[in-house]
Amino acid sequence: MSLLWLRFALGCYFVGLVYAFVALTRTSDLFSRIALHAATIGMVFHFVSLAELFLSGQIVWASVHNSESLLAFLSMAFFMVIYAIYKTTSPGVVVFPVVFFLTFVAALDEQPVLLTQFVSHKGWLIAHIMLIFTGYAALLVSFGASLLYLLQERRLKAKKSTSLIAFLPALEVIDQIGYRSLLLGFPFMTLGLITGSVVAITAPSIGRVDFLDPKILLSVLMWAVYMVMVFTRWNSGWRGRRAAFLATFAFVAALAAWAANYFSAMHRFGT
Amino acid sequence: MSYQLIGLNHKSAPLEVRERLAIPESRLPDTCRQLTSYPGIEEGMVISTCNRVEIITHTVNGHADLRGFLHDHFHLDASMLDAHLYEFREKDAVRHIFRVASSLDSMVVGEAQILGQVKEAYATARAVGAVRGQLDQLFSRAFAVAKRVRSETAVGTSSVSIASVAVELAKKIFGSLQGKKVFIVGAGKMSELAARHLMAHGCASIFVANRTYDRAIGLAQKFDGQAIKFEDLYTTCDRADIVITSTGAPHAIFRREHGEQFLARRKNRPMFFIDIAVPRDVSPEMGKLDGIFAYDIDDLQQAVSSHVADRRKEAERAEAIIAGEVEKFEARISTLDVVPTIVSLQDHLETIRQAEIDRVRGRMGQLTPEQEMAVEALTRGIINKVMHTPITTLKTAAKESEATTVVDVVRRLFNLQVKGKEGQLEQASKKDEPTKKAEVGTRQ
Repeated sequence: MSLLWLRFALGCYFVGLVYAFVALTRTSDLFSRIALHAATIGMVFHFVSLAELFLSGQIVWASVHNSESLLAFLSMAFFMVIYAIYKTTSPGVVVFPVVFFLTFVAALDEQPVLLTQFVSHKGWLIAHIMLIFTGYAALLVSFGASLLYLLQERRLKAKKSTSLIAFLPALEVIDQIGYRSLLLGFPFMTLGLITGSVVAITAPSIGRVDFLDPKILLSVLMWAVYMVMVFTRWNSGWRGRRAAFLATFAFVAALAAWAANYFSAMHRFGT
Repeated sequence: MSYQLIGLNHKSAPLEVRERLAIPESRLPDTCRQLTSYPGIEEGMVISTCNRVEIITHTVNGHADLRGFLHDHFHLDASMLDAHLYEFREKDAVRHIFRVASSLDSMVVGEAQILGQVKEAYATARAVGAVRGQLDQLFSRAFAVAKRVRSETAVGTSSVSIASVAVELAKKIFGSLQGKKVFIVGAGKMSELAARHLMAHGCASIFVANRTYDRAIGLAQKFDGQAIKFEDLYTTCDRADIVITSTGAPHAIFRREHGEQFLARRKNRPMFFIDIAVPRDVSPEMGKLDGIFAYDIDDLQQAVSSHVADRRKEAERAEAIIAGEVEKFEARISTLDVVPTIVSLQDHLETIRQAEIDRVRGRMGQLTPEQEMAVEALTRGIINKVMHTPITTLKTAAKESEATTVVDVVRRLFNLQVKGKEGQLEQASKKDEPTKKAEVGTRQ
């Protein structure tokens, strides 16, 4: 049943995806309102889908597809918070496609639940997943903001008044969105990694933790880049090109850490 | 009417060319003097703003080598310059001047600054005696036309000046302008205006630096701001988020290395440079730095192009007014052309009459009042009768193309042209004095 709700949500997110592409070429107030409503309705379906999973009684998020669904939902929630504060839908240009992609993969089929043996660490596990995913969502928004910053900076430098300039928020507002997401995401990411380590070290079924495991290495790398980003920004105010470069790097590292689920031994708990 | 005009503007020439032709205010009087001493030029005036350099002359016989003057004056290669120049004569020159003064030829159509700039150029040329009767008439009329266009059309009402465009751009960079700091480099009217706009949109404080420190203090007081010594410019500039620069410096005063220093001290927070100086104050290299947004006068033009479209309709009405005014001016000027001749013809005959009466008095001794009146009436009557036909002919001819020929013939017949042409012109223009005074009054 939850998959059905998820597919409804996917349909709504599709509107957002189309919007993301259209918004790059022209500004339409009507369309951005439609996209916003579609996204809201999508989130309702999405929430129902997640709630149903949760109520089914198991730690169901621990299947790869379900966690992707959760990440998509959190990213969308992040987008809505930004909209509430800054009244801009422009981060959607980056957030919508990623959310659509995640939801799409999650809605493909139902996966067997993997983490049946972790009942003893249920609290830690939920904390780990929630924290890390909030961190991911923040990173995604920050990455999106840095791309938009770059775009707006280019447009302002090209000195041509185009509709895109009108669509994008002011440079400093984009910068603020990016920086705040970055600052907010960092503690979540850090705590997420710590709780993950706690689970990994104390869970009986894993045995020795292999620190050369690609999942761990990539996670640490991503965290390191994240820290460098926060530091350069705080210390010398890096933004624009250099910040976008770092953010892209962090984002790729995060994607890689995520993709490591498919080949690392660490998260393949069930097999 | 022998008006001749040469020039280039923001449409015909890129900023790089305008930069090289811009004449600083201090050299304008000299340029005017040189202009009037150039062969074939009787009166001359130079308008040099950031968007245009124009030379307007009244020539002796309808032709002067103005291109030659420009080449000589600026020591510039003809190939570089000629492609950007436009030239107008007679009616076209009048129309062009009317359009310029009415701000129809401006980068931002309808902005009011140009009229002030033209008035200043006019005052400068007049002060050195380069503008006399003919150009005086033309510009007095141009100012009146500009006033008419302003009051009868909406061209100027929604005037999007460079200042408000600058505000819009600043908002695109900083979002809210609340608490932003503004630095004015080079106290000029345009930068003052831009600063006023920025303050009205929430900018918090203002710094002013000027080569003449006193002027910086004066301007800073107007805004409750802080005057900065010009030597301290580079050490204090990074305190501001928005820099409006309009110095008359011949080279860029903000170069790449300065930009790098500013950004380092500001932790890379962006800075917005509004460069309304020609030649530019901000080097293009500096504008390429991440975090430095430098808009020169041409960039601002692009940014306002959308607003120009809004006012096209009003501009069309203004063009119609100007077309009518050009016709009127032409008719008036050609009538005026014969007036000096008529006046001097009358003067000439009056002198002869007086001389003859004096001679008769000398021979006949004192006349009785009755005799005196009879002689007076008789001689006047003869002269008026004789004068009637020539004056009518001159006035009719004035409205046709043969005016100059008839005027020429009359002058030669009575040997008028040598005798103090200047004086005649003054007499002719005295008739316009009241209207002119009224216009001077409205200028302030």
